[in-house]
Amino acid sequence: MQNNGWDEFEIGAMLRSFDGEVKDIATTLQEDRNYSSSNSFTASVADWRIEKPVFNKDFCIDCQFCWIYCPDISIISRDKKMIGIDMDHCKGCGICVEVCPTNPKSLLMFPEQADEEAELAGWPEKDKEEK
Amino acid sequence: MSEIKKIKNLKEFSTSADRFEGANLLCPGCAHSIIVREVLNATNDDLVLSASTGCLEVCTAVYPYTSWDASWIHIGFENGSTAVAGAEAMYKALGNKGRLKQPDRNPKFVSFAGDGASYDIGFQWISGCFERGHNMMHVVLDNEVYANTGGQRSSSTPIGSSATTSPAGRVSYGEKKNKKDMMAIMAAHGSPYVAQVSPNKWKNMVKAIQHGMAVEGPVFINAVSACTTEWKFAPEDTMALQDLATDSLVFPLYEIIDGTELNITYRPKNVVPVEEYLAAQGRFKHLFKDEYKYLIKEWQERVDAKWDYLQRREEAKV
Ligand code: SF4
Ligand code: SF4
Repeated sequence: MQNNGWDEFEIGAMLRSFDGEVKDIATTLQEDRNYSSSNSFTASVADWRIEKPVFNKDFCIDCQFCWIYCPDISIISRDKKMIGIDMDHCKGCGICVEVCPTNPKSLLMFPEQADEEAELAGWPEKDKEEK
Repeated sequence: MSEIKKIKNLKEFSTSADRFEGANLLCPGCAHSIIVREVLNATNDDLVLSASTGCLEVCTAVYPYTSWDASWIHIGFENGSTAVAGAEAMYKALGNKGRLKQPDRNPKFVSFAGDGASYDIGFQWISGCFERGHNMMHVVLDNEVYANTGGQRSSSTPIGSSATTSPAGRVSYGEKKNKKDMMAIMAAHGSPYVAQVSPNKWKNMVKAIQHGMAVEGPVFINAVSACTTEWKFAPEDTMALQDLATDSLVFPLYEIIDGTELNITYRPKNVVPVEEYLAAQGRFKHLFKDEYKYLIKEWQERVDAKWDYLQRREEAKV
């Protein structure tokens, strides 16, 4: 989208979230939506991250704590299963890791440049201290 | 009346299709969006929304982007509630004239505002909406400070909190006035439903939102919103802070029905000392100096007294 100067805006502005007609957005999942270019869904905040969450599905019990407490709609859950992280919209806050109840955790934070495969291969063992 | 969305457990809730989008510019770890998601996901009905000036508004409507997948309007700092009330009045009028294109849709009218835009700047507008009896919900994202403009105190800022206009230092312990009791004020309007909620207790919160959406008339929701930037804690600790807020009873969760019937909706199994809640936040750091420690004791006494009062009111059903 073209960037305008501060004095070139209209006094009121209307943005459309979607292109074309929308039937029932509350029951249409993100992948089936026709987002317009003015929907922030089409933008990315990936460069905000210093650390990133990595998901290890081997330990996940699909409790959905990460889904409900992620502020950035970045935990992708489908059919009651946690299936991954939306890395375009994750800001790396680390909340999902904090709320994940499994032992070892199914989500851990790593430096943004870390190699996901390597981190998954070296995933920590069950922590005996923790209950 | 439309059907209430069935949400038995978190797994079922997680099948919701969010109508709030990422790449908004809220801080990492901001509780505002967690609250907004729980409110919007509590229903499948159409939504007519507004946001008054505040973090939520400036961060979710940065031209040329919107983060909202529903009708949403922003006008000024004070009038988000009134904008939604106007839409609701129009909807009713068109309905009465039989001119609604989809009379079966049953949209919900919700205005979001921070404590600054609710307790202070938008206060008389909200009061007007409630007095006129619009069928709407006003949700306060209560982070107890003007976070969007650099952390000035609002009438929701609690005693002892250091804010940029009530800083703690050599001569002051920060904010000197106690938080305004908006719950009582809104209940006194005769609102059919007033509730204090917190997103960590998601089930409690979704139940309150669904109740609020089902009743006829103006509903007030005060949602505790832990602010990583102004409360000064690490972003990953947002939910821990929310837990401390509810479990120390600094933010007791309760509802008031028809202005009188008060019910406590959450009783922590283990009540946490207020000191722990204060210690987790930089804005209260100075209270742990010897000369200000008496304030922590006073905090605990205030919280205990309030809890006692709420329990007595619940019991007396007045
Ligand atoms: S790090 Fe934060 S933004 Fe990213 S997925 Fe986890 S909770 Fe969501
Ligand atoms: S919080 Fe952990 S266990 Fe629960 S769904 Fe998320 S990754 Fe899986």
